[in-house]
Amino acid sequence: MTGSTYDELREIFVRVFTLPSSEDAEDAAYRQIPGWDSVGHMRLVQEIEQQFGVLLDPEDVIDMESFVAVCEVLKKYDVHALP
Amino acid sequence: MTCTLFPDGAVALVTGASRGIGLAAAERFAKAGVRTVLAARTGSSCQSEAERLTADYGVECTGLSCDVRVPGDVVTTLRAVHKQYGRLDILVNNAGILADARLGMIAQSDIDATFQTNILGAIQMLQTASRLLARSPAGAVVNVTSVVGLDGNIGQAVYSASKAAIVGFTRSAARELAPAIRVNAVAPGLIDTAMTAGLPVQARRELEARIPLGRPGAAEDVAAVIAFLASQDARYVTGQVVRVDGGMLV
Repeated sequence: MTGSTYDELREIFVRVFTLPSSEDAEDAAYRQIPGWDSVGHMRLVQEIEQQFGVLLDPEDVIDMESFVAVCEVLKKYDVHALP
Repeated sequence: MTCTLFPDGAVALVTGASRGIGLAAAERFAKAGVRTVLAARTGSSCQSEAERLTADYGVECTGLSCDVRVPGDVVTTLRAVHKQYGRLDILVNNAGILADARLGMIAQSDIDATFQTNILGAIQMLQTASRLLARSPAGAVVNVTSVVGLDGNIGQAVYSASKAAIVGFTRSAARELAPAIRVNAVAPGLIDTAMTAGLPVQARRELEARIPLGRPGAAEDVAAVIAFLASQDARYVTGQVVRVDGGMLV
């Protein structure tokens, strides 16, 4: 993932979970921040799929439990997010 | 022809679309100007029917091979829809199989295949499709259950259980996916399709005698209700199971 892709991903986290800044996105984890519950998770998946034009496997959706994990999953779809 | 009952450029995916109710539903959508993807295990049949619908109605239709019992097939199918059309507005979970047998004589393989096709496939399909449907301005799902899923029937314990599961799935999904996606179901009664063609003559006569409207249904009778539930005419309808059975009495 390019730097701009990384920034786009951080912005998605900020937008979906109403985070104070994009830096906060990098430490985000499922059920560890307000709003990242099952409903928030599906919103996150929708935003990521729309932004990067991918359709994620259900198993991958389940694995996306943190910002870092999301970056790892997206590599499988040729979406490479590097800081 | 574009129908205002569906969003501009709408795309529908119908499973079990190679024949019977699924094919009739696909034709109904194509006729209404909805770009329609026909999916079934027999992909070649779907492809030829899709070509026919494209020629007859002037809308882009596609036929795909998809065995809903295989999770990988479901994802591959939806990925193909996403790649070709970039959107999905309507999903009809119609794929189903019927294997009659009395309790005590039901093969485990029939139990597994019936549940894998009739309910697990539908769950897998909606689980993956829901994100695409949620982007639609009018996302709608129609699941095909059966009157025996509501009423039960001799010799159909497994089939009716799988179809009853569709009812619970429909009502839960409707609550969970609202307001973005409406989820409803149709419950056909005795319909003239290949699936019911193998009924014994006596059993068929007894069933027909219980239909106040005086005849078995046609696949098109069910397709009309599927199209209604998927359309904007049903924009305030979700979580419902609509019987299409000619008033069949239990």
